[in-house]
Amino acid sequence: MNAIIVSTLLGVIMMFCSWGIKSQQAQKNIALIGLFILIIANLAHMYGWYVVDYDTKGMLTYSFFGLYANTLLFALTFIYVWINGDEIAKIGNTSADFYSLFFFILCGISVLTSFDNLLMLFIGIEILSIPLYILTGADKKNMFSNEAALKYFLMGSFSTGILLLGITLIYGATGSFHLTTPIVSISTGFAQEQILLSAGLILLFAAMNFKVSAAPFHFWTPDVYDGAPTVFTSFMATIAKAAGFIAFINVFNSQYKALGYSWTLLLTFVIIATLLVGNIIAVFQRSVKRMLAYSSIAQAGFMLFALYGKSEISNEAILLYAVVYSIATIGIFAVLVKMKENSFEAFHGLGKAQPLLAFATTVFLFSLAGIPLTGGFFAKYYMLSALLKAGAGLWLVVVAVVFAAISIYYYFKIIQAMYFTAGEPAINPLPNQYKYKLLTLAILLLILGVFPNLLLNYIYF
Amino acid sequence: MMLVSFLFLPVLAAIILLLIKNNKTAQWTAIIFSGLTLLVALQMLYTPMDDINIAWLPNLNTRFILHADGLSKILILLTAISFPAILWATANNEYKNRNVFLSLLLFTEAGLMGVFLAADGLLFYFFWELALIPIYFLCSIWGGEKRIAITFKFFIYTFLGSLFMLAGILFLNAHSSDHSFLINSFINAHLTGGQQVTAFALFFIAFAIKMPIFPLHTWQPDAYEQSPTAVTMVMSAVMVKMGLYGILRWLLPLFPVAFMVHTHVVVILSVIGILYASFIAIRQDDIKRLIAYSSIAHIGLMNAALFTHTQIATQGALIQLFSHGINVLGLWIVADIIEQQTGTRSMKEMGGLAKKQPTLAILLVGFALANIALPLTNSFVGEFLMFTGLFQFSPWMAAFAGVSVILAAIYTLNMVQKVAYGAISEKINTIQAPNKGAQAVLIILLIIVLATGVYPQPLFSLTADTLQQLFVK
Repeated sequence: MNAIIVSTLLGVIMMFCSWGIKSQQAQKNIALIGLFILIIANLAHMYGWYVVDYDTKGMLTYSFFGLYANTLLFALTFIYVWINGDEIAKIGNTSADFYSLFFFILCGISVLTSFDNLLMLFIGIEILSIPLYILTGADKKNMFSNEAALKYFLMGSFSTGILLLGITLIYGATGSFHLTTPIVSISTGFAQEQILLSAGLILLFAAMNFKVSAAPFHFWTPDVYDGAPTVFTSFMATIAKAAGFIAFINVFNSQYKALGYSWTLLLTFVIIATLLVGNIIAVFQRSVKRMLAYSSIAQAGFMLFALYGKSEISNEAILLYAVVYSIATIGIFAVLVKMKENSFEAFHGLGKAQPLLAFATTVFLFSLAGIPLTGGFFAKYYMLSALLKAGAGLWLVVVAVVFAAISIYYYFKIIQAMYFTAGEPAINPLPNQYKYKLLTLAILLLILGVFPNLLLNYIYF
Repeated sequence: MMLVSFLFLPVLAAIILLLIKNNKTAQWTAIIFSGLTLLVALQMLYTPMDDINIAWLPNLNTRFILHADGLSKILILLTAISFPAILWATANNEYKNRNVFLSLLLFTEAGLMGVFLAADGLLFYFFWELALIPIYFLCSIWGGEKRIAITFKFFIYTFLGSLFMLAGILFLNAHSSDHSFLINSFINAHLTGGQQVTAFALFFIAFAIKMPIFPLHTWQPDAYEQSPTAVTMVMSAVMVKMGLYGILRWLLPLFPVAFMVHTHVVVILSVIGILYASFIAIRQDDIKRLIAYSSIAHIGLMNAALFTHTQIATQGALIQLFSHGINVLGLWIVADIIEQQTGTRSMKEMGGLAKKQPTLAILLVGFALANIALPLTNSFVGEFLMFTGLFQFSPWMAAFAGVSVILAAIYTLNMVQKVAYGAISEKINTIQAPNKGAQAVLIILLIIVLATGVYPQPLFSLTADTLQQLFVK
């Protein structure tokens, strides 16, 4: 409850900041302080201190896992703003507007990590999505940004409709919005109820897949990620997406059992399609930004493995994956935003011109590719381990590692451009401070690459 | 704690090297630190070293365990000898950013040492990858003209293999009784026959790509040719042994049933590979490619010997792990001296080395004879044992593989003839006496070749415990 209330208040405060405070720097600092307060408030909730303790009649239930996920996502947002603050300032008139949108998104995230009711899921997703539509179109004078925003909005609202229809059908079948108490199960109920429930769950599943950009509902992703201002793409592809995954897991680890075997089949199909589409199309991209968009689809395929079955290790896996993937992606987008163009050629000779930056980029790419000594390895490792624990076949693990090997191809194209091809990198001048920030992220990934339990131990206490 | 120094010394040196800009200082720092590692390795031969066993990731039940038995020791010795030898022999080669080059090489050494010491599945996988990544950068930055594409092929090939191994490790972890990665719990995992075959296949692909075994060898000659010679030496003297080590350490103890089922398939593939590589070696004009193909043939023989699962052939292969490394190192160093000074690798343009530089020619002939396993050289011991085992396994296979000895004589002596004899060619005429370091290294290596050829007993006793573990149960 703390996080929801505080993030909303901060959103409103940020909104009015742009009246009194003109300095972009000051706005950024206020946002950082706000995020810090939000993290503290959420930590306070984790350890038993509430601002308000209101009985939600089971609409929201707070698990330690959900709250910890909140903390991590808020911390990631903090890192994101800390690094990208100056870039955000370059877009639009006042960055305070964007920060207030971020806080509203975080409010949506707090709902998504704690809902126990399909209506709250719907509300959470809407609170999350609407600011994202606005952020996509933030670069008002750029036609691509406008096009992306419109596309995202149309497709997004359509999928929201499907989500709502799914919820309605489930309600029709079970008579309840609650996740934990399905009234009929697929095997015992009447035939009509069974049909309603299956149809509802499948619609719900499709809508959630849309939100996390899993194939075959991924078509909006490359266009939107490509069209949106790069800083905001970074936010959408990381924090917003991770929240979507946590919600997805929350829903389907309670209701999906109703679908039984067909559910596993469906999920396997979606995962393999996602890995296939993401990885194969990413190989052929000429623009780094589009490549990263497809790679984020591929990474989503990996994160979907957490849906196979809820266990301690799958909880660990999704958190680790979300954090590590987000850090690496925020890092790589932070480099990309400084490039004059999005092509691979822009990176030529970066290793020589900017050794520190190139090193950090290498770590980010290694992590995305899942190479040992970076956090990405353990993220993938935990996912696959959770998959085996959940009883999936070894063949699925083998399929996953084959796709992981394919991903090396496109991630290493940037490394090749940086180190092995001579040339003048098309990069804007960088303040030293910015490089050190990125280096910090890289070191964070390396630490998680040797001791992932630094992050995971807190799930339990 | 001494075992940690095999990892610690190279890593420390690698980090120090990044800060040293002066080429000469950097070179000597690298040589001294790898020399210190060699000293520790020599000490290990005489005083047993305690295992390292530290908790690493408690949630995963994985531990940081280093353990050295005979198999580890012989390969650690090889690694520890190779690195100072390579660094000293190639001290005069020109590299841009030498300190980074050396630093990456020493990171590789640490990775290799880790592979040979790790007794925990996940740790093994970690080091397996860590040995590969510096090599990727070394080849791609300092390699020949077509380096980027070829190194990338090599990298993706081996990375895919190791990912299969990771899937296998996960599978074993899920099936071991205490859900740990310890090699002993893997051994006691009680897999059914079918499960063994699955896991065997996953591990074997990784090892087969690394060695490489026909038909997974296509990355190798290109990669050897395009890499800077110092890296080629590391790859062919030490890195290929990772695959053979993997078979002895993991494949054979973990999946005995699946191993026995596949002996014939693997031996036949290896023998095909041996003959195929030997025939191609005969046709080569590039001296680096010739050595590369000859190396495929030799590794293939060792792999065939391991898969006969006879004690005698395994003994031979254990010795040959060491001997092959020394021989091929000697050949590469000679080839590198010639290439550095004449700028060519084509044997057509060579000739008359014996008249121009008799010492170098004698050294070349020495290693060439070792390469064809002449009695009194170290390879003779190993190859003789391996052929004996192969004969026990199947006389036909021994006969086919035996042809490779003749073929090896053809291509090796042909090389000697083209390089050392005949009229002094234009290119060879420019050749100077190799620097003292390279000469010293070659002489030391040749002494090792002859010493272990005449008196191989120390190597036998070094690996006796491994052999006993594998065969007396």
